[in-house]
Amino acid sequence: MEFGPYLMLASLEGAVTAAVLALTAVGLSLVFGVMRVVNVAHGEFFMLGAVLAWWIAGLVGGNPAIGFALAIVFVPLLVGAVAVLVDVTILKRIDYDPERTIVATIGILYIIQQVTLMTYGPEARPVEAPFNTRLALPWFEFSDGRPQMYWPWGLSTTSYKLGVIGAAVAVLIGVWVLMARTKIGLVMRATQLDREMALAFGIPVEKVYALVFGLGAGLAALAAVLIVPIQQAHYLMGHDPLLLSFIVVIIGGLGSLPGTVLAAVLIGLSDGVISVFFSPTLAKILATLLVALVLVFRPQGLFGARRA
Amino acid sequence: MLELKSLDVGYGKAQVLRNFSLDVRAGEILCLLGRNGAGKTTTMKAIMGLLPLMSGQVVLDGQILSEMAPHKVPGAGIGYVPQGRRLFSELTVAQNLEIGLMVKGSGAVVLDGVLELFPRLRERWSQRAQTLSGGEQQMLATARALCLEPSVLLLDEPTEGLQPSMIEAIRQVITVMRARGVAILLVEQRVDAVLSVADRVAFIENGRNLETVSADVIRADHSIVERYVGV
Repeated sequence: MEFGPYLMLASLEGAVTAAVLALTAVGLSLVFGVMRVVNVAHGEFFMLGAVLAWWIAGLVGGNPAIGFALAIVFVPLLVGAVAVLVDVTILKRIDYDPERTIVATIGILYIIQQVTLMTYGPEARPVEAPFNTRLALPWFEFSDGRPQMYWPWGLSTTSYKLGVIGAAVAVLIGVWVLMARTKIGLVMRATQLDREMALAFGIPVEKVYALVFGLGAGLAALAAVLIVPIQQAHYLMGHDPLLLSFIVVIIGGLGSLPGTVLAAVLIGLSDGVISVFFSPTLAKILATLLVALVLVFRPQGLFGARRA
Repeated sequence: MLELKSLDVGYGKAQVLRNFSLDVRAGEILCLLGRNGAGKTTTMKAIMGLLPLMSGQVVLDGQILSEMAPHKVPGAGIGYVPQGRRLFSELTVAQNLEIGLMVKGSGAVVLDGVLELFPRLRERWSQRAQTLSGGEQQMLATARALCLEPSVLLLDEPTEGLQPSMIEAIRQVITVMRARGVAILLVEQRVDAVLSVADRVAFIENGRNLETVSADVIRADHSIVERYVGV
């Protein structure tokens, strides 16, 4: 294959990574932005989403699309409910103190991980994709001075991968509409900007916190449901999304949603392209190097506002 | 109307208010005067439920505010204009006011009434709060509090850093609110900015009550002010 088609393939793989990463990272960013909580257990909510998707999809027989549809609706709600429970029973009790929430969420990370190991087991299990047609992709070449379309061997993707990208874009637009156009979004932003004044104007800050924590975890779970037909569910699968989400959130600017999405696209695409042409390890090295550079030259992130 | 009954309040172990009492009546302006760090802002926050009370009670018309969850206090009818404005800086003028309206679920009628007092805000309608001038920000902070149709208005140094014409505008709005029967608690460091509109003046020092006198007494004899807050 020539370079062009190869690059297109790499970009498509990267776009799938970027789509899932953007959802996960927006969840992390939302929780940090509104609550000032660094949620180390975020990757475990992702893992929980994948494992529960396998479980729910296994409950119903027949067409795999039915099981998957149930999973995509109920898994984020279920994981969100777990997160709300964590918020009310643990984070609220320690007053959202920055240091103590980090230690507490590390504890939650291990609890979720070990409970999953004890119940679900150490195996990696797949979920069948609801639709999965192979789509051959065309490329252009010049012959006789005119562009001609042809289908290079091996240049293909699946309809499911395109579906993942489409679904992620739709959900991200939904999150944006929620934050920018609805009353609940207004309340969340007010809480983010000044918690004490939000209280002084009747905003039930504790409920907002529980909701945001649930929403953040739900987004991670949704991302996991989308990726699990491609990647398989495993009890240790939460580490990479957590690390990459942190990288993305730092580069994009803590608490800035547009910055987070842009950084996710940047990291996801470059991860795809570099992994294909060089090695996945080099992709991680470069992403980490980029974080270091951002922290040195623009500590507030690409889109973050400088804090006084 | 609003009564503070022997409040003890502090931040952690550092106690700021000691056995502090105060009452504000409907349709009067009570000015709370004291030096820096005397406990004026702490008093405001204690009323709003933003600081836990060690002992004492805050009562509004028989309702014990200090036993409510903090986010229920504004709904009881207390509008707070904090020191330094504390607007929701990245939200627009419209959104800041909407948050004020949400407290009691008030609608366009209340909003129109408030904007009549501050017509300037209409011109700045979809501008972000942080882009307004200092005077406009103070107007917005006051308007936001008025949006919840308060029966008690708390103003913490509303004239700080404003030019005389703005101070006059704020003074007029306060007078209008008094005429409507609102109880107004006004915290100031500079007495001259507000003495002309105050009905009573309460002095506070080191978190304790000093005397509370009628504003007429001070207007006649300024030496009382020098004694308590003079440098």
